[in-house]
Amino acid sequence: MYALRKIDKVFPGVKALSAVDLDIGRGEIIGLVGENGAGKSTLMKVIYGAYQPDSGSIEIDGQTVRFSNPRQAMHHGIGMVFQEQSLITNLTVMENIFLGYEQQFVRYGIIDWKAMAEAAKAQLAKVKLAIDPSAITSSLSFAQRQLVELAKVLTLEERVDGDLVILLDEPTSVLAREEVELLFSIVRDLRNRASFIFVSHRMEEVLEISDRIYVMKDGEVVDVVSRDVADIDAIQHKMVGREIDKEYYREQLQKAYSDQAPLLSLEDVSVSGRFSNVSFDLHAGEVLCLVGTEGSGREAILRTIFGMEHPTSGQLSVRGKPVARFSPQAAVAAGIGYTPRERKVEGIVAGMNVFENMTLSQLGNYSRAGVLNVSGERATARQWIERLAIKTPSEHKDCGGLSGGNQQKVVLAKWRSGGSDILLLDHPTRGLDIGAKEDVYDMIREMSDAGVGIILVADTLEEAIGLAHTIIVLKDGVAQQRFDGFLTQKPSLYDLLHHMI
Amino acid sequence: MNNWLTRDNLIRWAPLLVLLALICLFALIEPRFFSVRNAARIAIASTPALMVAIGVTFIIIMGSIDLSMEGTVSVCAVIFAFAFIALGGTLASFAWLALPLALLVGAAVGLLNGLIHVRFKIPSFMCSLAIGFVGTGFALLLTGGDRVRVEDELFRSLLTIRFLNFPIMVYVALACLVLAWFIQSHTKLGRNFYAIGGGEELATSSGLNVGRVRALAFMLAGMFYAIGALLAVGRIGIAETATGNNFMFVSITAVVVGGTALWGGIGGVWNTLVGVLIVNVINNGMVVIGLPNFVQDAVLGILVITAVVLSTNRKTVAFVK
Repeated sequence: MYALRKIDKVFPGVKALSAVDLDIGRGEIIGLVGENGAGKSTLMKVIYGAYQPDSGSIEIDGQTVRFSNPRQAMHHGIGMVFQEQSLITNLTVMENIFLGYEQQFVRYGIIDWKAMAEAAKAQLAKVKLAIDPSAITSSLSFAQRQLVELAKVLTLEERVDGDLVILLDEPTSVLAREEVELLFSIVRDLRNRASFIFVSHRMEEVLEISDRIYVMKDGEVVDVVSRDVADIDAIQHKMVGREIDKEYYREQLQKAYSDQAPLLSLEDVSVSGRFSNVSFDLHAGEVLCLVGTEGSGREAILRTIFGMEHPTSGQLSVRGKPVARFSPQAAVAAGIGYTPRERKVEGIVAGMNVFENMTLSQLGNYSRAGVLNVSGERATARQWIERLAIKTPSEHKDCGGLSGGNQQKVVLAKWRSGGSDILLLDHPTRGLDIGAKEDVYDMIREMSDAGVGIILVADTLEEAIGLAHTIIVLKDGVAQQRFDGFLTQKPSLYDLLHHMI
Repeated sequence: MNNWLTRDNLIRWAPLLVLLALICLFALIEPRFFSVRNAARIAIASTPALMVAIGVTFIIIMGSIDLSMEGTVSVCAVIFAFAFIALGGTLASFAWLALPLALLVGAAVGLLNGLIHVRFKIPSFMCSLAIGFVGTGFALLLTGGDRVRVEDELFRSLLTIRFLNFPIMVYVALACLVLAWFIQSHTKLGRNFYAIGGGEELATSSGLNVGRVRALAFMLAGMFYAIGALLAVGRIGIAETATGNNFMFVSITAVVVGGTALWGGIGGVWNTLVGVLIVNVINNGMVVIGLPNFVQDAVLGILVITAVVLSTNRKTVAFVK
């Protein structure tokens, strides 16, 4: 009854979706799986109307429809239960459920709260949640909020003629096992009212709940399997199956590192709620990749090393010296550099020019008694612009006007020119086109040669395997497996995925 | 062609164009406006406001706001006057020590303001407003509502001695402006203001001690308020609780009209100079062409809104609180 036909979606530099076909029958539950970056979230955004496809059509009961925003999609019965919960926590449950649709309860310009509470109660009954509709949302547990979200989406039933399609984006990621069971039983009970699209990293759960499973890779649907014949191993192979190009990741330039005197070591470091008992050493010239799904603790480990989060237990040492004070200032002073994932937010200051961005972390080196040596700054900037082939008309150009790849080079130059020899790179190639990615790979090899130790959270598994000397696989904040000795034998994607999900 | 006629360039030079247009307009309506004597009058009226506006410019570049200027100016002015009289009443004696004392008082009030803002995580707007009220109250407590006269001829020479038709205080203000420009563009502290205004997260993740920079910024602003207070006292020869009156509106208006963005990271002290001149040209020009006082405030209010509307790139701003 709901179908996508040959949907394409192109972003500058990437084909996010190509020729995606998808069918949902009445009352069906379908699963959607794929690696990070396979196109799942883009596909979902197309379905609930946040993105418009570049070509292809969306059909409901054979009629072609077009949504220019999520609200229009809702009028056609398509609802989304968000992963990062979309309830406004300082409002009551009923206000959240009817947010934007309060008009139905208005009498003479005044909201009839009693009527709204009654209606909210009816919605909550659909998801078997017996809570006071006038409770403040922040007082609910995560699982309860998830159900309130579902109840909110189910209000579509009264508003829309025809069938409902409800998207569940990673609904189980914050739930305990019993809560997942509860959610699943409710979803099954609701099949007579709606069809569901279930997206999750947890393969067992997808298999448990879905009638059919769509497997995505590189923006395409590579397989559709029905539950009776589904097999976790086979699906995982399909999610990753592709050849790796050795040249692309500059593997011929990869050299062994010396395992003497680690630059950085973690011993049983934990941050409560994020990760626990993580231990590893980082050596000069080593590239260490942290691999795991979103929320597995990869970013939290980087942020802890950089002093933005504080370990609750364990010991972190830099060059053999235990770290006592955790702050970004102390980390920078100890020679640690950090390139965050959101370049636009945390990577460069738009509005400041190239040389100002480059010296931001090391103004002490370019000042005496607080007075800056601007010509020294500019000389350094010119040197690095040349060395990294940064495409900018001059060192005075506003950094916000550079391309993503060149911004990334400025960020790397910032840490390298300041003498940082421990670099924490969080998705350094995210959003870059292929040429710029290769530049980043070249820079990583060059830094390794110069004796820099790098901890990398890669954009894809291939990237991690291609670049790393060492890979640590994380799941739910716990290190699952460590892979070493990459110069002779690299692990396969399947090996990694197996430990991730 | 017309490469230079971009939105960016227009925004950058618009305040200066407005200033020139206003001068032309008033000069056309009333030729007496365009005279050296009147220019000096505008300059004298501008100097104390310029100092205060420069102080708050640093804060606004960081994306914060400081509303403590009226209280700080009053406290500095009154303490200066009492100390000056107590130490001999003329610059030729030890009374000159009252000058650095005033700067210290300004720095102390600013630092207090900044530390409360940073340590207790109170929004700068609320914290500085409260400190400003405390300052005004404290000044009233000191004076008991009286005016303190500072009649030393040497000190008043700030106003009375002229060089090329402009009194000395104008040159003092220009020197302070150059100093402020140097701080803004040639010191670590100045660069850090822009970094915090452009992206506070990033400043943190580049290892900046953001709290320290913020506290120092408020201290620096306090010192410029103190200079403003000294020039204000030099101009009229009287220190009182009311010395600080009206500085809040004038200085913030000037900074905004000059083109420094309220959300931080853009602008600087030269913009503020242009802004202060715009405000004072309007004030003076309206008097010269004979319009009543209340029209001036209305015109300035409209100008502020116009300036903000023109300088805001609404495509990138999703929510305004």
